[in-house]
Amino acid sequence: MRPRAGWTFVSEAPFSDEKLPGADVAGIKNLVEVTDLTVRFPVYKGIVFRQRVGDINAVNGVSFTIREGETLGLVGESGSGKTTTGQAILQIIPPTAGRVSFEGRDIVGIVGADERHLRRDMQMIFQDPFSSLNPRMRVGNIIGEPLVVHGLVDGREAYRERVAELLDMVGLSAAMADRYAHEFSGGQRQRIGIARALALQPKFIVCDEPVSALDVSIQAQIINLIEDLQTDHGLTYLFIAHDLSVVRHISTRVAVMYLGEIVELADRISIYRNPQHPYTQALLAAVPVPNPKLERARDHSKIQGEIPSPLNPPSGCHFHPRCPHASEVCREQAPQAREIAAGHVVACHLYD
Amino acid sequence: MTDSEPLLQVTDLTTHFFTEDGVVRSVDGVSFDVNKGEVLGLVGESGSGKSVTALSMLRLIPSPPGRIVAGEIRFDGRDLLALTEDEMRELRGNEIAMIFQEPMTSLNPVLTIGRQVAEPLEVHQNLPVKHALARAVELLGEVNIADPAIRAQAYPHEFSGGMRQRAMIAMGMGCDPMLMIADEPTTALDVTVQTQLLDLLQDLTRDSDMALILITHNLGVVARYADRVNVMYAGKIVEKGPADAIYDAPRHPYTIGLMASVPQLDQDLKQRLVPIKGQPPDMSNLPSGCAFHPRCPYATDQCRSETPVLESVGQGHEAACWVDVRV
Repeated sequence: MRPRAGWTFVSEAPFSDEKLPGADVAGIKNLVEVTDLTVRFPVYKGIVFRQRVGDINAVNGVSFTIREGETLGLVGESGSGKTTTGQAILQIIPPTAGRVSFEGRDIVGIVGADERHLRRDMQMIFQDPFSSLNPRMRVGNIIGEPLVVHGLVDGREAYRERVAELLDMVGLSAAMADRYAHEFSGGQRQRIGIARALALQPKFIVCDEPVSALDVSIQAQIINLIEDLQTDHGLTYLFIAHDLSVVRHISTRVAVMYLGEIVELADRISIYRNPQHPYTQALLAAVPVPNPKLERARDHSKIQGEIPSPLNPPSGCHFHPRCPHASEVCREQAPQAREIAAGHVVACHLYD
Repeated sequence: MTDSEPLLQVTDLTTHFFTEDGVVRSVDGVSFDVNKGEVLGLVGESGSGKSVTALSMLRLIPSPPGRIVAGEIRFDGRDLLALTEDEMRELRGNEIAMIFQEPMTSLNPVLTIGRQVAEPLEVHQNLPVKHALARAVELLGEVNIADPAIRAQAYPHEFSGGMRQRAMIAMGMGCDPMLMIADEPTTALDVTVQTQLLDLLQDLTRDSDMALILITHNLGVVARYADRVNVMYAGKIVEKGPADAIYDAPRHPYTIGLMASVPQLDQDLKQRLVPIKGQPPDMSNLPSGCAFHPRCPYATDQCRSETPVLESVGQGHEAACWVDVRV
């Protein structure tokens, strides 16, 4: 497959009229810069004579920036490479190619003391609050473990105080530190996961589907908490989710992924009011709105089929077999990303 | 059965689980009915009793520890709770079909898809294997699986999540059921596939006059597909009515709270979400009076001591609340 040109993303693009988090500071810095990020997973076949039969391009030449203090939403169907992108930025999965820089420093392949230092600045909140907490550890120790690993507290008293402070920060009481994870509900567990991520006072957090596993009435509590923590601690988020309504609510800008590539990126107002890529349009049309009258009036033109296997992606534009506007050129050539309005980037032949 | 009589009439259904920690009142006096060709939405959070209600209708409650302790389920003129186990087996998958949330665990991994879609046809319609398999291929085509003859020979692991759920729908539709119960049929799937599947179910409902009970926690899905809605909380229906009335003028504080807590695509961007405070209740130790009162902003002393019952608040619209709440 032909490699694609990277995103020519303009980071000086102005924010829209709405006042967004971080937008009030002149000359916003890019906290994270991702250039041509590629992650390939080898696929083997056979047990005795193991052979490499191909690669899965989980993430395929993705470039974007995350500005200090903003929330970049990353949406897409399962298998589109959202989670792998997040983990490759954090260096949990080593990127196959491409560059990731944090505060201007290249962090791919970082080791030793540098890596440990970086881990303080970048944390992750996981989707499943049930499997991401150690069932044999007391909650206080789950939250406090990073403090010990990084030697950030002196003595038992300071440790206990800091854990109590973290519990309080996420809306739990300090008395809960001695309990085990199974004694908590899903929403409370997610709060524990957030407290652990906050323990090292990170600058950047990858939130990987942090509310998808929660009940509807609890989701709003966690979304508000994540927003409040951003305001209080000046955090920058990469917010990965498949729920477009949640992403719209929380994000400053939104990137839409399909089969390992970003097909559209824009500020949240443009992407929801004026989606340009046929895939983004289809995704938005598919989201059911909790309002029967509005639902009846909406255009429900839907796309056919399902996301293809990343082991054998379609030629040309990966979306062409499902696209209502597909033409000859889409089958043959991968579209280049282009900026069609300030800060609004689309990879689609319709805009050639 | 006359035409005016509903297809399914559930009256005072009560299903309890007798556990070491005490009695769990999963379904506690639930009454509703479903008409022919209608889509009824059953909404609630995990633990609210939606799935237990569905399983009770098919008498699939694991016993022990569970038991239907009271109530009546009239389906097509018969009392389901009075049928023998053999008669019940005759009915399941034939007159009432059910689709579950996780298609991978509901399909047998060592049988081909075609074989599994054919099975109810052999059992209920006494079709010979060959004819049943041929019909299975037709059914797979009807649920929009491409190359059905070839795909019928595939095993479940070779199907994607969306295709597995299509196969489940084909299996359910095989015997032309009068009622289909779909329990969170698209929760594990992507939004584009969710729309395809629910549109398919809706088309099938319209074409065959089948009734559909759609169990979900997704308020958007209910808004798009349901004609009427039942909202469940802690084993009880707290509000029911036509979909438009429920969304336009919800009257139970729990329904109101749910509506306010979900971000919506058409919402003002600066609007902050208003969550329902607290946690869903522990089902083995429910609060006194109205089970929602510890989380309810309108709760009064009466709510703490007395359990409210459903009362009419509009045309076909009922709510179980002591306080007259309007938004």
